[in-house]
Amino acid sequence: MTLLENIWIVPVLPLVSWVLITFFNRRLGERAATLGTATVLGSFVLSVAAFVALVRHGAPVSSGGLWLSFGSVELSMGFTVDSLAAIMLLVVTVVSSAVHIYSMGYMHGDRRYQRFYGTLGLFTSAMLLLVLADNFLLLLIAWEIMGLCSYLLIGHWFEEAWPRMASMKAFMTTRVGDVAMMIGIWLLFSQTGTFNIVETTQAVAGGQISLAVTTVGALLLFGGAIGKSAQFPLHVWLPDAMAGPTPVSALIHAATMVAAGVYLVARSYGIFLGAPDALLTVATIGGFTALFAATIATVQTDMKKILAYSTISQLGYMMLGLGVGGFVAGTFHLVTHAFFKALLFLTAGSVSHAAGTLEVHKLGGLAKKMKVTFWTFMVGGLALAGIPPLAGFWSKDEILLETFVTGHPVLFWMAILTAFLTAYYMTRLACLVFFGPPRDKHVYEHAHESPRSMTGPLVALGVLAVVAGLPASPLMGKWLVKFLDFGQTLPGLMTGGGAGAGATGAEGAVAAVGHTLAATGAPGGGIVLPIALGAAFLGILIGYAVYGTRQIRRESLIRAFRPVYLLLKNKYYIDEIYLAVFVRPAVRLAELCGLFDNKVIDGAVNGVGSATVAVSAAAGEFDNTVVDGAVNGVASGTMATGQRLRRAHTGLVQSYMVAIYAGAGVSLAVLLWFLFAR
Amino acid sequence: MSGFPFLTLVVFAPLLGTLALLMFPKARVESIRWAAAIFSAVPLVLTLVMWVLWGRTPAGAFGMKFAESFSWIPSLGISYSLGTDGISFPLVVLTALMTFVAVVAGWKMIATKERAFFALLLLLETGMMGVFLSLDYILFYVFWEIVLVPMYFLIGIWGGPRREYAALKFFIYTLVGSVIMLIGILALYFLSGTGTFNIMEIAQAAGSIPVAAGRWIFVALFLGFAVKVPVFPFHTWLPDAHVEAPTPISVVLAAVLLKMGTYGFFRVSYPTLPGAAKYFAVAIAALGLINIIYGALTAMAQKDLKKLVAYSSISHMGFVLLGLAAGTQLALSGALFMNISHGLISGMLFLLVGAVYDRTHTRDIAKLSGVYVTLPVIATILAFSLFANLGLPGLAGFVAEFFVLAGTFPVSVLWVALAALGMLVVAGFNLWVMQRVLMGEAKKEYAGLPDATRLEIFTYAPVVALIIALGVAPGLLMRFLNGPALELVQRLGGM
Repeated sequence: MTLLENIWIVPVLPLVSWVLITFFNRRLGERAATLGTATVLGSFVLSVAAFVALVRHGAPVSSGGLWLSFGSVELSMGFTVDSLAAIMLLVVTVVSSAVHIYSMGYMHGDRRYQRFYGTLGLFTSAMLLLVLADNFLLLLIAWEIMGLCSYLLIGHWFEEAWPRMASMKAFMTTRVGDVAMMIGIWLLFSQTGTFNIVETTQAVAGGQISLAVTTVGALLLFGGAIGKSAQFPLHVWLPDAMAGPTPVSALIHAATMVAAGVYLVARSYGIFLGAPDALLTVATIGGFTALFAATIATVQTDMKKILAYSTISQLGYMMLGLGVGGFVAGTFHLVTHAFFKALLFLTAGSVSHAAGTLEVHKLGGLAKKMKVTFWTFMVGGLALAGIPPLAGFWSKDEILLETFVTGHPVLFWMAILTAFLTAYYMTRLACLVFFGPPRDKHVYEHAHESPRSMTGPLVALGVLAVVAGLPASPLMGKWLVKFLDFGQTLPGLMTGGGAGAGATGAEGAVAAVGHTLAATGAPGGGIVLPIALGAAFLGILIGYAVYGTRQIRRESLIRAFRPVYLLLKNKYYIDEIYLAVFVRPAVRLAELCGLFDNKVIDGAVNGVGSATVAVSAAAGEFDNTVVDGAVNGVASGTMATGQRLRRAHTGLVQSYMVAIYAGAGVSLAVLLWFLFAR
Repeated sequence: MSGFPFLTLVVFAPLLGTLALLMFPKARVESIRWAAAIFSAVPLVLTLVMWVLWGRTPAGAFGMKFAESFSWIPSLGISYSLGTDGISFPLVVLTALMTFVAVVAGWKMIATKERAFFALLLLLETGMMGVFLSLDYILFYVFWEIVLVPMYFLIGIWGGPRREYAALKFFIYTLVGSVIMLIGILALYFLSGTGTFNIMEIAQAAGSIPVAAGRWIFVALFLGFAVKVPVFPFHTWLPDAHVEAPTPISVVLAAVLLKMGTYGFFRVSYPTLPGAAKYFAVAIAALGLINIIYGALTAMAQKDLKKLVAYSSISHMGFVLLGLAAGTQLALSGALFMNISHGLISGMLFLLVGAVYDRTHTRDIAKLSGVYVTLPVIATILAFSLFANLGLPGLAGFVAEFFVLAGTFPVSVLWVALAALGMLVVAGFNLWVMQRVLMGEAKKEYAGLPDATRLEIFTYAPVVALIIALGVAPGLLMRFLNGPALELVQRLGGM
């Protein structure tokens, strides 16, 4: 209980590490890693304790207080530990700990070792804060600080051009989504007067907000999620984010930060439930992104980029799950994916550590040289492909089932096709990296297994990639499903919706989706499992036929589908389109503004100066317009004097004093005339 | 008036410093520096004491605290009246802090005519404090004009190569503006029929001014204040002044001087002429949005680091205008918050750009690269300031922008959408600067340059701490702003 009420300590621990590392950078040296790891492990232990405490307690616990008051408007700020938050705390601290330990080996000798660990600590803190936030404002703060850390870590090796560009691209692209999200937050705030998520949800469920506003608000929030979770059309930054160190890719760009968008949708699920069209949009964007990114992943040749597109695709899967009403399915996949995708990225790091390259056509046959890396990769890969009984199987199956039983046939078949492609590209990757003959002798001879600090985390995450799905499987009585159950997460919504006086569309939708939540084991779902497994095995089979046994020749495939191949190879030319439509015109517009400011406005200013000199020379009349001209004229006259009296500053100011009093006197005269002459 | 004359001391202690400095022999540079620092520390200490006493001090007439009033020219209704409330007090603290920071920053940066420099800087502080604390229009105007003189010299003597052009441009521009403002003030005096120059009394009685005349007066006052803010299209003096001004003066210029303009809106235009303010709301919002978007786009096009920061200021001041135009509690509180947050952040940016310039002798963005490697401490604090500038949540700038726009939303979604677009451009130019200046391969010619000195860290530390503190706990500042904002909302007709 006391821990749940003082949960702030969990995010504060890694924050302390960041502060200490920032201030004692040089003195700490490589001890920064120990400090960072210790704090994150501390957070992990506390997260476990909090999880246990929550299971015992059985209801969400909130803490916090007044943050800011605007007279009538009072804003509170606080934390909520509910089942979703408790599980996310575990996921974040586990992956972060693994990455902290792994980086001791991987980043050893790096020129900015301390900065790396410091930023990692700040990131972990922000992500934990995000998970615990009970209001949109705190969530936004944590959200953007994560973005900052992501930016700093992508640009860790900023001497090279690619990380430099990629870091800015990442921040700017996600910023587009963030701005949409902020507008959504303002919109909801203008309706409810609160940033609190549960209160906003209750306002939606209670019918205080119109359906149209709820829909727009939900869609704007989803805009932020699209940016952060790299969904189409804002997915472009994530593949480039691979320019950062691989442990960063594993933690931030695979397991945790990119899942924050999914988490946002889950956290504000009550709002989405009140807006069925918005929910359907989430499902559609998610389903489309899943398939879209999977197609690109099939032709990429950089191990990390393949995994990056796979991440985009799997995040789409989670969105799909949430969008069709599968709250548990979507969040559950978030959890399992965090483990096996972090694992896959860390194996990629291990490969690059050993071989010095991630270009798949230069690798090959590494299975013999890197046993631990190889086996953990296989576990992660099979989990991703959805092979039972590994973690990914259970969560993926849950999403497919939800999509099927809620009556979304098109999305269902897109998801099945994605499952097939996922199995295919993972098989391709496995074959190119670990099987077959070495393609580059030099690389192969150089390769060696990574140190223990790196293989240890691989094994730990490997175990989780196997067992993390079990709590939600029938083997354990679907315990996790019940624990995560939406009704328990937000009790206020269900009771508020049921007891609400005026029945609205929003309320109806809540009831409808609530119904499908209960109907997860509905009849007709029985054929989903065989179809999904069939797709996965077919993908593996074809992948193995092309890249393993080579019964199907890759070259002939490329020749047969040349236009498609080129389209995929160039990632649908979306980067090029954005460059031409947004980036270049924006830069051009900025240049035009600069030119306009310099030539036209400043030109006019200087022009007015010299013009008034001429006008004031001719001025003899005493009406209003000329008064104005005279004031300017005196000023411009002094400019001319100024040119002559370059060194005599005092003389100048005297003339200004004259100008001041002349101006004042003239204006006084005009005013008196204006007042008394009528 | 009973009680300790805090405000008179805050206003005139720096002037005393000016006089004291003039008595030092020119050559005793070290003593001059210390004396300047001590005299600029006096108002800082006094304002901090006032901060502590704030809650316990009862508010007098018109909600003013620490008020002092003596009759000066009774026949014309002119008095020596000082007072402070939630609008001016944060600005007074900001002025005291940033002037002190500027003095300390000037210790090593200013290497010629130190005595004159610090004397003028202290005179400038008296002017600025007087503007924020005067409750009498004549007093207000006198201080307003006093500010011009030291500023003119400070740019004109210690500035860069085009200092004389810049100083003159600054002078003429603001002089024209203030003369127009004076016309507005005199019209207020005569038309309100109160027979007093007291700002608050005229505001109370201004309902008697005819609507049409009120609008003209509003325009006149607006022009005077707009030049200082500066509002597009009266802004081109600012980049020139900033580029030429020495670093400490740029700091004061951005942090405090621009706020004289926005302060004028809050103290004079809006409370006195709320009807006209509402009448012109759309126009002011439009100007605010132009400032935000155009300022940011123009900033992006700059090749000179200092000019870029100057245009960034123009962009941020647009949020103040937008908040005024929206006129809701949140928007006005946010706009007042922006005064302070921008003062801290832009001051920080000019300090750091100056620190980089001192070492590399260039502000040309194209010639800088890899500053992270060459000057890690300065670069890190610069990155921090740039992120604060782009509105990173958790820092002061975000709070201001967020609540201005949250408060504007119920008034106009379009304004918010356009401002949000501007926020994207703001993010763009800040990131682009980091990419070009901080990141990249370190330049060989800059290798081995000394990083931040202790003195520099000493000047950065309080500002950085405030930027974080106001971002995390905005209530520290907001508690001053809510009352005045609410009062303005009521005057504007409870929008």
